[in-house]
Amino acid sequence: MLITYLPVLLIVGFVIFMATMVLFVNSLVSPKKPFREKLSPWECGMEPIGNADAGHFKVHFFVIAILFIVFDVETLFLFPWAVVLRDMGLVAFVEMFIFISILAIGLVYAWKKGALEWV
Amino acid sequence: MTEQIFFFIFAALAVGSAIAVVSLRNPVHSVISLMVCFLQMAALFVLLRSPFIAVVQVFVYVGAVLVLFLFVIMMLDIHKASMERFVSGGQLGVIGLLVVLVIEMVLIVSKSKLAGISVASVTHLDGSVREIGEALFTKYILPFEVVSFILLVALLGAIVMGRKEVK
Amino acid sequence: MFELFISNPLVLMMIEVLVICIKVVVVTLVVFSLPLPLTYIERKVAGHIQVRLGPYRVGPHGILQPLADMIKLIFKEDIIPYKADPWLFKIAPIIAMVPAFAVFATIPFGEKVTIPFIDKEVTLYISDMDTGILYVLAIAGLSVYGIILGGWASNSKYALLGGLRSSAQMISYELALSFACIGVVMVVNSLSLVDIVRAQSGWHWNILYQPLGFVIFAIAGLAEINRIPFDLPEDEGTLGAGYHAEYSSMRFAFFMLTEYVAMVSMSVLMVILFFGGWDGPGFLPGIVWFLIKVAFIIYVIIWTRFTYPRYRYDQLMTIGWKILLPLSLLNILITGLVVI
Repeated sequence: MLITYLPVLLIVGFVIFMATMVLFVNSLVSPKKPFREKLSPWECGMEPIGNADAGHFKVHFFVIAILFIVFDVETLFLFPWAVVLRDMGLVAFVEMFIFISILAIGLVYAWKKGALEWV
Repeated sequence: MTEQIFFFIFAALAVGSAIAVVSLRNPVHSVISLMVCFLQMAALFVLLRSPFIAVVQVFVYVGAVLVLFLFVIMMLDIHKASMERFVSGGQLGVIGLLVVLVIEMVLIVSKSKLAGISVASVTHLDGSVREIGEALFTKYILPFEVVSFILLVALLGAIVMGRKEVK
Repeated sequence: MFELFISNPLVLMMIEVLVICIKVVVVTLVVFSLPLPLTYIERKVAGHIQVRLGPYRVGPHGILQPLADMIKLIFKEDIIPYKADPWLFKIAPIIAMVPAFAVFATIPFGEKVTIPFIDKEVTLYISDMDTGILYVLAIAGLSVYGIILGGWASNSKYALLGGLRSSAQMISYELALSFACIGVVMVVNSLSLVDIVRAQSGWHWNILYQPLGFVIFAIAGLAEINRIPFDLPEDEGTLGAGYHAEYSSMRFAFFMLTEYVAMVSMSVLMVILFFGGWDGPGFLPGIVWFLIKVAFIIYVIIWTRFTYPRYRYDQLMTIGWKILLPLSLLNILITGLVVI
């Protein structure tokens, strides 16, 4: 029944509708007196220096994101496995054990190489 | 009937956002369009009676891969990146090539076996997770184990490259 | 005549859609207004824990304080910094908000009830998805975009750093959270949340079968909803206010709303996965038990906030990747050995 997934659309639509309505009311009643200092990004009251989005970030975020993708895909295989495990028994367990072990090698490698250190 | 209306809405949004991905100047805006595109594809998967694939689409592509894209983009200098054009010069040649590729794709798809496949052969939504699980751990066991190796390689590669950047 | 009309498949379909629409509106409105009492309760609990009264001025015992806050926020100016990306800055709070609500599409609050007068059976959940728990995890994970885009679009250093940190934190702990859920799925053998609750009826609560999974879920859940001791994104000592440093007025309120809704959905999920959902002694209806359990868990979360200090960012990452992740894998292996 496709109707099972209809509520997702309805909720998304309704929440967006409510949000825009609230923002609309807000735009009607709120004052609008912008000036340069008010609109400048907050930097402890000093004149902001340069742009924030110039990309000076640690490569660590990237490594964490890759690690996340790898284990996310693993999760994905674990869900159907968890559903059928009781019926399929030992065979499925051994298969998944091999799968997890291979990825665990990756985790151990990342650990030893210090990719999980955040300093 | 209703299903077709929904199909056309999702498909049109998917194509529109896909065009936006390549035509928007700001890479972060492109990522947002890509997110919209992926979500529409998930909706199309639901229409094809495979909710598990739809949720997987959201879980992996929208939930994980796009986060990686965003992180990578935020490591760039966005003002420089958005000034550079994707295709410098030779616009006409590019469009010509594009037309040739589209014609080729249409021809290949219409001639191949894919054209004859009936898509909506599955009519039930429930139980798809169990079916996928049973197929995955009996019939497709080798591809499944190979996936873990591919993931391992991706992980090692990322760590090696990440370490080089730090030094 | 009426009987014929009622049995027409098209009319039945329309009625079904109408029922869904009503449920969607009711659930969304309730969830939308939940943060009002929650902020009051949080501040009152905070006050009493710290031996003060908390909000006391507006209305009896300050009960109208959240309303006053809401009115104040609506009348505030919506500031968009001149360096910001205006388009993204405007939609980021909505992007954060929508997934937090969409989670409730498959949350079961109870079994069927019969509505008096029209004598129609209605289920106390909007829809029972076959992919239930996976859907919830996938959608809840999307909230990270609102935060990271809000931080980026502000073009403020504090906001951007806060956004990046909080997204890295969320994705790190999402793994442990998913693995903890897999332990439950292995016991129940179904992804549907309704099936998960039904399998626990009669005091077979999953917390008894998955104690380690519960601990992992509780810790990762706290981190996922950015609550103390894991509220690093809002570390005012180092980051100003984190990803919403530049936001004001209703858009700021939307971010706060998202946080409270995330707290509610995490508590609801915990009750469904580990505390038997609406299962309880028969003298109260199921939904009352459900609400009591959810309220208790929300109280514990608030209590935690005023009891523990905050972790440092590197400690946070160490806990996520070096302790919770291996532990949750171990939990899956142990559960697997017990189940087969």
